[in-house]
Amino acid sequence: MFAFSSPVIDYHALAPELVLAGGICVVLLVDLFLPDHRRWITGTLSGLFLLGALLPVVTLAVLGDDVRSSLSGDGVTGRYVVDNFALVLKALFLLAGYVVVLLSAHEIEEGGYYQGEYYVLLLSSVLGMVMMASSRDLVSMFVALEFLSIPAYMMAAWKKRDRKSNEAGVKYYLLGVFASAVMLYGMSLLYGVAGSTLLTDVGKAVTLEGDRAGVQVLGVVFVIIGFAFKVSAVPFHTWAPDTYEGAPTPVTAFLSVASKAAGFVGLVLLVFLAFPQARDVYRPFLWVMAALTMTIGNLVALKQKNIVRMLAYSSVSQGGFILMPLAMAFTGDAQEASLRAVVVYLIIYAATNLGAFAVIIAVSRKTRSGEISSFGGLFQYAPGLTVLMTIFLASLAGIPPLGGWYAKFGAFKAVLDAAGGWGYSIAIVGAVNAVIATAYYITVMREMWMKPVPDGDVSPIKVHGSIQAALVICGVSTLVLGVLPGLIAKVGAITDLAGSLP
Amino acid sequence: MLINEFLLLGAVLFCIGVYGVIARKNAVLVLMSIELILNSVNINLLAFDRLHAVDTAGGNDGSVFALYIIAVAAAEVGVGLAMVLLIFRNRKTISLDDLSEMKG
Repeated sequence: MFAFSSPVIDYHALAPELVLAGGICVVLLVDLFLPDHRRWITGTLSGLFLLGALLPVVTLAVLGDDVRSSLSGDGVTGRYVVDNFALVLKALFLLAGYVVVLLSAHEIEEGGYYQGEYYVLLLSSVLGMVMMASSRDLVSMFVALEFLSIPAYMMAAWKKRDRKSNEAGVKYYLLGVFASAVMLYGMSLLYGVAGSTLLTDVGKAVTLEGDRAGVQVLGVVFVIIGFAFKVSAVPFHTWAPDTYEGAPTPVTAFLSVASKAAGFVGLVLLVFLAFPQARDVYRPFLWVMAALTMTIGNLVALKQKNIVRMLAYSSVSQGGFILMPLAMAFTGDAQEASLRAVVVYLIIYAATNLGAFAVIIAVSRKTRSGEISSFGGLFQYAPGLTVLMTIFLASLAGIPPLGGWYAKFGAFKAVLDAAGGWGYSIAIVGAVNAVIATAYYITVMREMWMKPVPDGDVSPIKVHGSIQAALVICGVSTLVLGVLPGLIAKVGAITDLAGSLP
Repeated sequence: MLINEFLLLGAVLFCIGVYGVIARKNAVLVLMSIELILNSVNINLLAFDRLHAVDTAGGNDGSVFALYIIAVAAAEVGVGLAMVLLIFRNRKTISLDDLSEMKG
């Protein structure tokens, strides 16, 4: 019979998760005892807990130079680990979560929505993302994915009386749940082949040879489809624009940055740890998806009139640029470069896109409109916001010396390292798309700098303190990462990913 | 062991579920179809778990996985039904075809 032996828990390695879990309970309880006009305290508390969870991430990065398994013991060692890859992404998720708290503060308070519950869900979703960065096992990956998604479904439908917000939530929910069901079917097949849910064991078993090759191909394809929904890769992107437009704007910022990044983390772990020998299946699949995602995202973004919807399609096409190096993960000698390119791209894209949403939230508080034309003549009455928005859009377009330029540079370097027909062809598709993308970012810039103010109202915009803080964080990181990319260029070395080297 | 029969049952349930999600316009029926897919996954996992219990040295990843799926599926359906209720209150219908305010 089984003799149960308790696993050894490394509390230091688990500290970020524990702080967040404690924070969720505290915010939920404190919310019960607050009078209505003091509800904003829940937001401040959530911000503090997110920063508090960042502390152990920093100490882990400074003190431990090796891989730590958060749980060790019979059958659990290596399923949930802390390595440098995990630490970098945990820091990204926590900071992105903090910026979203800053963006939400005023918006949620003013709308009269349920503040305490909102922040509890936001913290839960961030906790799921932090878990995703550490998961090295199909089960913990699935739990992390659901943990980050389920609160996000509710946040998308947060404006209860608003029909658009309902629609956004339901569309996101149905497609998200369907995608995870398909992904689970793939995972069950992978488990059947490997006899273990540990990603590295799956990696050893999935060789595409022998009499179970067909099952392996199905498993790989289904699992990738599941994550493709999460990162809104074409043709699985149909929910993204509607959800982004209908959801409250801070939630849109959160979904388009953090939720998407978590999906990519899952894809990276699968490709590098579980599918290293399945290149013949995932490479053509991801290649086609990357090319379609970039092209269709860009072409549809060109004709959008609503700024949030335009940024939604822009974020779809940015996803294509992240898929591009991932498709070439084990082609030529691109391993090192492609892992680094994905991580660096995720960090820089997060800073830039959150900044763009911060400007949109600040401007729409005055104009009460989401149309691109409402940005007309912004420079005349809000020069600071105009300059910042120009920086963020230029960074998204990849114009040097801003962060986005370095991110794109890394992605192209990785596919060129891969060489061969696959690498060069996707590089050409990417280059064409980088040019197309510039067009719609410049449209917004022209609107802000050149056009007259649509309704002639040039009273200055009052930017709330928390949004100013968010703008400073995003603006500084976009500029600094462009000028000094060395700061993050070291992260994402392949040796940082536990178990990736055979 | 009769692994093939279990996998066949799982595959048939999966296909019925996917068909239901794509073809049904009623939100509750779509939720039921998704449950069907999740159950097909559980059948697969348990069948494989029994298979591997014979040829490997223990390890019950499959049955553990299935337990997690049952728990998470319950949470998912809880949120899903709440959302269906929400759209019914605002629109007096739960047909997914009517969810088309945003396009393009």
